[in-house]
Amino acid sequence: MSELKIKNKDVVVPGEILATGMEFLPSYGTYREGDKIQANRLGLVQLEGKVLKIIPLSGTYIPKRGDTVIAQVEEILMSGWRADLNCAYSAVLGLKDATSEFIQKGADLTHYFQIGDYIVTKIVNVTTQNLIDISMKGPGLKRIRGGRIIKVDPYKVPRIIGKQGSMVSMIKTSTDCRVMVGQNGVAWIQGEPKSEIIAEEAIRKIESESHIAGLTDRMKKYLEDKTGKKIEDREPRSDTNAV
Amino acid sequence: MSNDLRTHIIETLEKGARLDGRKADEYRNVEVTYSVTKNAEGSAKVVIGDTEVIVGVKLAIETPYPDTPDNGNLMVNAELLPLSSPNFDPGPPSIQAIEIARVVDRGIRESKAIDTKKLCIKKAEKVWSVMIDIISINDDGNLFDAASLATIAALKDTKFPKVSKDHEIDYKTKTKDSLPLSKEPIEVTVWKVGDHLIVDPTPDEEKGSDGRLTTASLSDKELCAMQKGGDFPLTSDEIGKMVDLATKKAQDLRSKLS
Repeated sequence: MSELKIKNKDVVVPGEILATGMEFLPSYGTYREGDKIQANRLGLVQLEGKVLKIIPLSGTYIPKRGDTVIAQVEEILMSGWRADLNCAYSAVLGLKDATSEFIQKGADLTHYFQIGDYIVTKIVNVTTQNLIDISMKGPGLKRIRGGRIIKVDPYKVPRIIGKQGSMVSMIKTSTDCRVMVGQNGVAWIQGEPKSEIIAEEAIRKIESESHIAGLTDRMKKYLEDKTGKKIEDREPRSDTNAV
Repeated sequence: MSNDLRTHIIETLEKGARLDGRKADEYRNVEVTYSVTKNAEGSAKVVIGDTEVIVGVKLAIETPYPDTPDNGNLMVNAELLPLSSPNFDPGPPSIQAIEIARVVDRGIRESKAIDTKKLCIKKAEKVWSVMIDIISINDDGNLFDAASLATIAALKDTKFPKVSKDHEIDYKTKTKDSLPLSKEPIEVTVWKVGDHLIVDPTPDEEKGSDGRLTTASLSDKELCAMQKGGDFPLTSDEIGKMVDLATKKAQDLRSKLS
């Protein structure tokens, strides 16, 4: 006989029993112990049909295939670059995934990416041993020039981006800054000095207030107050802001 | 330090602002708290933005150095705790810690802020020894100025402990006698980033800077000590500007001491 021990969207702690019986299925952040399903993270439970998963409240980034992230080059290897993804494991960018150009044998790799450079890149593979492969082949994947880098909680990134990029495009249009937020919680802002500060403050505000309802309206008012510009309601564009 | 960030800092300065919105010669919020520890004879905490430094002053009776038999001793030691920054490691004092201690020491010593003759109890036998310990709680840039300001505040806060007739110190009882502190040397470090001169840098600005000049000055704008740091030389014109800025800013910091 299966029984649910918690309600949808409850906050649970590691070890808490979420359900008993074999009817429910454990997903991200949960595990099965005997006939019980238990939590192994602190977060909100999400019940999707018979699937139980946990959305963590905070934490470090866990690399996932297909994520677009902002990484910093930390080492130049024999045939590629090693990059820091703001997580426990570093990623390798191989020569063939780095550019569309042909790179001569023995070429100076710092010509393409230098140590300390930030790059927008995509995770193509994560092995069970946590070896991460990244690639620069794809739309919008490039080396970042100028601007400032800020770090945010990776689990707040979906809120900073908003539905179909609505939140980040609101920040972009109201501050006239270029903004990119990587899934790994590294964000890049570039614009006029004053608007850069407004954009950074806005992101910090989203980070700290993301759990309180009515975030979009509050952010709209905040940005209007700060920039003195009216934000028009419009359909969110879906072509940009994926990053 | 990524070269991009340095370029960005300089570009922003060219537009008359800094990455956190301050002006080039603007300090973050400065706060001074006196008597933060119970066991020291005097202590103070200085908070500049998110930078936090605690200084404690201990007094002891020791024999003087042979070359200065009627002068009290002054010792400054700085410890940069590993918890206060990812760049600090446990172990023997780093070059940075030694430099902070020496710069603070020089400001007090060369200004003759403490009348060390008055610290003499019995010539060539017993003098008061003033031991200053600087401890970083959090490093968000500008440890020099924070350490120097906290040191002056801690010295102002210091009270002699009770001493018996045979020169035994009772640290539990404090008297009302303060240190013979006649002047207040305040150190301000001016940093050169590109062609711009800034005060109170963040760690990013410190990493991107070409040089720095620490100037200790008194309330009548008299200079008493200097220290140059960084990899690049300064022109005499720049030094002039840096000293002017430092003495001006020192007056602002001095007002926080009351």
